[in-house]
Amino acid sequence: MLRTLRILIKKEFLQIFRNRAILAIIFVMPVVQLVVLPLAASYEIKDIKIAVTDHDKSSLSRELIRKIIATGYFKMTAYAENYPQAYQEIEKDRADLIIEIPNNFEKDVVKENRQKVLIAINAINGTKAGLSASYLAQILQNFNSQIQLKMSPELESMSKISGLETVPKFWFNEHYNYRLSLVPGILAFLVTLIGGYLTALNIVAEKETGTIEQINVSPIRKVDFIIGKLFPFWILAMVAFSLGLLVTVFVYNIRMEGSLLLLYAFVSVYLITILGMGLLVSVYSETQQQAMFVVFFFMMIFVLMSGLFTPVESMTDWAKYIAYLNPVTYGVDGIRLIMLKNSGFTDLLPHFAFIVSLGLVVITWAVLRYRKTN
Amino acid sequence: MKQLLTFVRKEFLHVLRDKRTLLILFGMPVVQILLFGFALSTEVKDTRIGVLDQDKSQASTELVSKIHANRYFDLEQDLKSIHEAEDAFTGGRIKMIMVIPDGFSEDLTSGKKIQIQLITDATDLNLANQIYNFISNIILDFYGPQTLVQSSGIQPEIRMIYNPQLQGAPNFVPGVMAFILLIICVLMTAIAIVREKETGTLEVLLVSPMKPYVIILAKAIPYFILSVIILISILILSVTVLDLPIKGNLFLLFGISIIFIITNLLLGIVISILTQTQQTAMLISLVGTMLPTLMLSGFMFPVENMPVPLQVVGNVIPAKWYYEIVKNIMIKGTGLEVIWKHTAVLTAMMMLLFLIAVKKFKIRLE
Repeated sequence: MLRTLRILIKKEFLQIFRNRAILAIIFVMPVVQLVVLPLAASYEIKDIKIAVTDHDKSSLSRELIRKIIATGYFKMTAYAENYPQAYQEIEKDRADLIIEIPNNFEKDVVKENRQKVLIAINAINGTKAGLSASYLAQILQNFNSQIQLKMSPELESMSKISGLETVPKFWFNEHYNYRLSLVPGILAFLVTLIGGYLTALNIVAEKETGTIEQINVSPIRKVDFIIGKLFPFWILAMVAFSLGLLVTVFVYNIRMEGSLLLLYAFVSVYLITILGMGLLVSVYSETQQQAMFVVFFFMMIFVLMSGLFTPVESMTDWAKYIAYLNPVTYGVDGIRLIMLKNSGFTDLLPHFAFIVSLGLVVITWAVLRYRKTN
Repeated sequence: MKQLLTFVRKEFLHVLRDKRTLLILFGMPVVQILLFGFALSTEVKDTRIGVLDQDKSQASTELVSKIHANRYFDLEQDLKSIHEAEDAFTGGRIKMIMVIPDGFSEDLTSGKKIQIQLITDATDLNLANQIYNFISNIILDFYGPQTLVQSSGIQPEIRMIYNPQLQGAPNFVPGVMAFILLIICVLMTAIAIVREKETGTLEVLLVSPMKPYVIILAKAIPYFILSVIILISILILSVTVLDLPIKGNLFLLFGISIIFIITNLLLGIVISILTQTQQTAMLISLVGTMLPTLMLSGFMFPVENMPVPLQVVGNVIPAKWYYEIVKNIMIKGTGLEVIWKHTAVLTAMMMLLFLIAVKKFKIRLE
């Protein structure tokens, strides 16, 4: 029995190694994805382009603009005579926001301590617009207190005696790395992608070319056949994961806080479940195109709903239920917990429990569903 | 001509026969619009926080209940000591721990300096910052000094252009359009042609009296029609479900969409010419077109924040230009005077791909 299995596995490996393109992609994809995605996925606010319209042209208005630029979040890309002209800059994407300083700005500020500055923001990207607005509001607030202190120095002593303050402590991330949680998340995404796709496509490919008939008429048991299919992909995905892990540790300098053994145990189990899901799709599909679209569809939902890019807590209530039934959520969270926070086996019990039970269900389902005869 | 029509009909039957794939093609934009429009967000919400109350006075209980009253936070647990903090974080559920120091109520009345520690799980630094600012504001609002009168000084008057409610839709609908058209045109077309190579039926077609380019044309037409139908349904969905009106010229939008569709069809054809197996074709379309589109076109992450080399690579992606064009026409309502450059780039890409396709196309199979 074991001999059959060994021969089947050998056959699969031969087929995989013959297909150069797939092999290249298995090994190139982890590196490329890990290098490109973290660089691309940055929500840091910097270099926001501003168009300035200064009707006042006073020293105070220039001082304000200088203050805004000096924070480093903004850069001035255009100076416009009036609002319509500045608006055109926004239309042509040469500016992200307009700052319009009214006439008599300095006079009113000095005399009445009251004045308005118009800030018009291109808000197509709402997140970015909201962040820019709050940064600018903060800068103005600081500017205000500076002016007030200059005008009435007695305020300074007052602001110093305020009793209560909050002290932030950022744990688990002493280098203030914005990409810390993203990179381990991408590792999970990567093994899911590779494992899920390759298994889903493989059995269907044999259906399409007709070679599965030959296996069906042979005395090979279906359990052997399925293990023979899954095992090579499991190995390949683990290799891809290890490559990705090396990139994570050496390129991003993300220290592995937890136990390497636990991490590998977790990923091994997680992969079996993912392979099982790919297998299930494969059993149900008739063509590779179909299998690919089904995997693509679910992969898209799983990844978007996994908390990889946006936190699960922020989702709408109904969406949270989907997130908690989604294996990728557990995969992303599990790898993050082990790598970044040194969480132990007991912390990961819920993850293991969900993944193992899901794996048992899908694999049993796939084996029962796969028939040697039509 | 009649030959072509019969052939197109045959291809259509192929497409229509695979109900599951069709269902997914139409389901994908619907699901994406639902997820992006209603499910996902980055706002701080339902954040679990822990409390270490070392004072246990009326004042500290009051502070805790003040935070509890805020609907964005769930007070998850009372910690006994600071040593429990680490365990609370490694369990993964707590995002922040508030430490109220011993002597809090006394110091509060006597006006002495008090420090409240807010320990955050900073593995997600953006989220940690947001949560810290949020809670810190609540605390300071409650106890902090109100020295500066709010209404004085320079006040910003903030105007959000194009999207006053700061919704997500104006940003992602153009992205969904670009992405779905890409899938249909590149992926499906490439696979459909390579499949005939793989199963050997392409050979049968090539020895027939049909001209090779007619065969390719006939392959592409059904996907072209499918793309247009899906484009229309996405636009209808976004107008009705998301209340996102089309501000600019609808004909211009369609005209440029057709250029984009043809560009992608050509890309699909080129991939199919260069590959021998469906799996290779799929992986190349996936890694070569879909992933770069998702990551670099500005649809998911802002382009300006990327390092320059990535921005340069992004410029080679047709979807990036299309995404910009759709945003301009649909959301801003601008016309050709702004997007002529984008349109020119897209057209040039189309012609280049056409040349490559013609040049590489071979009648004989190896």
